[in-house]
Amino acid sequence: MILWFILASMTAAAIFAVLWPLGRGPRARRGGSDLLVYKDQLREIDRDRAAGLIGDAEAEAARLEISRRLLAAAEAQPKGAGKAAVAASPQSLRRKRLAAILVLVILPLGPPSLYLALGSPDVPDQSAFARVNAPSGREPVAALVGQVEALLGRNPNDGRGWELIAPVYMRLGRFGDAVEARRKALELNGETAVRHADLGEALAAAADGIVTVEAKAQFERAVAIDAHEPKARYFLGLAASQDGNSKKAAAIWRSLLDGAPPGAPWVGFVRKALARLSASSPIATTPTAGESAKAGADGLAAATAKPGAATATNPRVSASTASAHPPDTPRTSVSTTPSTGSTSKAGAIIPRNPQQ
Amino acid sequence: MIPELGHYALMLALGLAVIQGLMPVVGTSSNDDVLIGMAAPAALAQFGFVAVAFVALAVSYVTSDFSVLNVYENSNSTMPFIYRLTAIWGNHEGSMLLWVSILTFFGALVAVFGVNLPAKLKANALAVQGWIAAAFELFILATSNPFLRIVNAPFEGRDLNPILQDPGLAFHPPLLYLGYVGFSIVFSFAIAALIEGRIDAAWARFVRPWVLVAWMCLTLGIAGGSYWAYYELGWGGFWFWDPVENASLMPWLAGTALLHSAVVMEKRSALKIWTILLAILVFSLSLIGTFLVRSGVLTSVHAFATDPRRGIFILTILVLFIGGALSLYAWRAPLLKQGGLFAPISREGALVLNNLFLTSACVTVFVGTLYPLALEALAGQKISVGPPFFNLTFVPLFIPLLLAMPFGPLLGWKRGDLVGAAQRLMAAEMLAAVAVAAAFALEHGGPVVAPFGVGLAIFVMAGALVDIAERTMILRLPLRAALRRAAGLPRSAWGTAFAHFGIGVTLFGIVAATAWGSERIVAIKPGNSVNIFHYQLTFDGMFDRSGPNYRDAVGHFTVRRSGGSLIGVMQPSRRTFPASNMAVTEAALMRRGISQIYLSLGDSNLSGAVPVRLYFKPDVIMIWWGAALMFFGGALSLSDRRLRVGAPKPAKRIRAALRAAG
Repeated sequence: MILWFILASMTAAAIFAVLWPLGRGPRARRGGSDLLVYKDQLREIDRDRAAGLIGDAEAEAARLEISRRLLAAAEAQPKGAGKAAVAASPQSLRRKRLAAILVLVILPLGPPSLYLALGSPDVPDQSAFARVNAPSGREPVAALVGQVEALLGRNPNDGRGWELIAPVYMRLGRFGDAVEARRKALELNGETAVRHADLGEALAAAADGIVTVEAKAQFERAVAIDAHEPKARYFLGLAASQDGNSKKAAAIWRSLLDGAPPGAPWVGFVRKALARLSASSPIATTPTAGESAKAGADGLAAATAKPGAATATNPRVSASTASAHPPDTPRTSVSTTPSTGSTSKAGAIIPRNPQQ
Repeated sequence: MIPELGHYALMLALGLAVIQGLMPVVGTSSNDDVLIGMAAPAALAQFGFVAVAFVALAVSYVTSDFSVLNVYENSNSTMPFIYRLTAIWGNHEGSMLLWVSILTFFGALVAVFGVNLPAKLKANALAVQGWIAAAFELFILATSNPFLRIVNAPFEGRDLNPILQDPGLAFHPPLLYLGYVGFSIVFSFAIAALIEGRIDAAWARFVRPWVLVAWMCLTLGIAGGSYWAYYELGWGGFWFWDPVENASLMPWLAGTALLHSAVVMEKRSALKIWTILLAILVFSLSLIGTFLVRSGVLTSVHAFATDPRRGIFILTILVLFIGGALSLYAWRAPLLKQGGLFAPISREGALVLNNLFLTSACVTVFVGTLYPLALEALAGQKISVGPPFFNLTFVPLFIPLLLAMPFGPLLGWKRGDLVGAAQRLMAAEMLAAVAVAAAFALEHGGPVVAPFGVGLAIFVMAGALVDIAERTMILRLPLRAALRRAAGLPRSAWGTAFAHFGIGVTLFGIVAATAWGSERIVAIKPGNSVNIFHYQLTFDGMFDRSGPNYRDAVGHFTVRRSGGSLIGVMQPSRRTFPASNMAVTEAALMRRGISQIYLSLGDSNLSGAVPVRLYFKPDVIMIWWGAALMFFGGALSLSDRRLRVGAPKPAKRIRAALRAAG
């Protein structure tokens, strides 16, 4: 409510700022004129003459030139300028009214309708500072991560530690670290379908949401262990859709939904993915700007769930993730995806020495 | 709520820009003072709201509000305060907001300080400014909105590109934008004059301060960018003829030409048509630069994000403004009257020559930058146009320009005396000859033309001094009288001398650093030494250091004179940023007088041996000192009393000024 009140007062201030001159009525036109400049130039000729910058004959000629300009400018000066303008004519009154109407149409209608289309009035501010001081008792994440990292640095074979920190890395967007952590967890804690699927997810997230050959292998391994592993199956569907095989993707996701246990939290999500698939054949739907914020948000809030969507909707996100790769690591299988554009561009972000 | 206020403020600014673009034009065409009077308040209000938007984004950045998508993508709560602030323009969306902020800032400046402008010229100029602002505000809201939100804010941001985490980010983009955008005011004045159909000597006087401000900022911005690239990119170059650099050089060249032709227009009412065209071209080149950099046509550090929609949008803005301006020009220019007459050998003639060479140089850069792009687009052929092209085209154009430069200020208006000027420059000519001889005697290796380059630099510098000496008659009059004359010189004369001197200084630095620098690229093991010039560097080993949001692998090098005495320590490093998992090289620079030792660690660590690039750059600092001198010269010229002629002042001060002038 406060927000709307402030926005309304801002609009009022803007309207007032431009309507105010209309209300002042006719006044003397302020402002300088050419005459002063030419008068000064005449004086300047004398100065230049004294400094030896112009010859006597030339100075005389120049003075003549400037005087001529001075006269012309004096003639061109509109009559009555500088004095109060004549009383408002009916035309000027009409113009004034028209201007006022225009202002009262543009400002109260334009920005608010734009805002309704593009703004997000319901999203609260969430500054890191405020979150640190929030009463929830949550410690700053960076500090927690630092502690766990220090522990793991001393004891790198602590499988539980790796498992603990991996989702935090995912949430922080440190996908490269997440891949490492999940790989370690897999190695140290033993193979399970879930761990394979998690690793595949991290790999895909690190590759801008593209299910690379390496990631796909992880998902296939996960399904081989547990044919019902939902995350792996979702991503295998995503891989199919990225390969341009929408039919196969739809089939995988449909069977995933059919076999969903009641109340599974991911059902709605898969349904949406399915809907997007049928709405427009390739997954790279181009959403409006408003959607892109939300999609970006979903992609992050649940890097767990939907990195593919983040790629499709938000090239900036994908480009910067891609740069998380060491520049020389060869990429695996980017060519299998329809959205390769974003990956090939990523190289551009990493500044390279042209002479190297 | 704060980002939402900023978002809405930007939308209000767009509405105000539309009003600012409409009302004054109606007002001037119907001679309605009330509507004309709407221009200034609209410009001020628009600036106010854009400032609110900018501050809102700044608050989001500084407090690390990751519910703002743009902040999440380009910031990180562990970054030091200064980078959390400068990260605002370290990305596409934010930098466009900065662009518009500066644009409206200039509009507000005209509204407030343009009191000496004829009311109609001012109103129309503000209207044109309103169109430009509206176009770019629409661009931001439609394709590059920095105020988009995230519902569930992530805990941590993705960090700013590490290359940009540098103090250079605080200066380079704002200064460059002040330059680019400053020329928009000149453009607006040109269009306003064309709309009104009255272009006279006074116009040049009114526009001069804005050209100067824009030119000064652009000069410093380019120089700052060059120094930043020099120390950050790690291979010791200061200019690469990179298309993005060229994009900033082109407006600079055209702007320098405009600065000079405006003098002729002001003094002699000549070159009017040409000056107006230049004013249009300079801003067009700024827009083309924006297009090249922001559309993703080029890939570089500057192309933050590539999105074809943006490219097309900017291209549309480009076509509309440049096309519209040039059509208006074609329609109106033939109506202009010829101005004052002058002989070929005269101050005017010299300035025409200056314009000829500067614009030709600008054209070569334009061709060298756009031809490869056009070829790629049309024929799909990829070619690269690099230093060899520019050395063959740009440099030969600049040499006669620099040779002629000291003559210009010594020639009289209307008709000059070339022989007399050459005689008065005798001291400078002799000094240059001595410098050439000395350079040949002292330096070995290096290209044969280098000593002549040094001679030219000395000639330019000495020429600037001769100009001042001639004007103050310091060698002919007693010192007291000469000092009095010096105090009486217009500040713009001092400004000219400083700026020209600065050109010489920069040239000297460029010639010396490129011709006589030395370079060693070696893989070095701890305990070993490497020699360069008169110095010996010993590699003591690597150690780790951690910063607020990065880790450094630092190489420790002890620097000694070849004789053995210790000079100091250099610590170049490889810096890794965990948040983005990227690494950059941080070169170590050691100043020796006006020269520098430059050391950067190589890309990968081999077993035990560390690859290093080591340079000795003689006189390299002069390059940037020269730019600083040019800036200072511009500032002196800007403070010249004459630029404020016509500004209302209290009667007492006018009388005092008259007394001082008389």
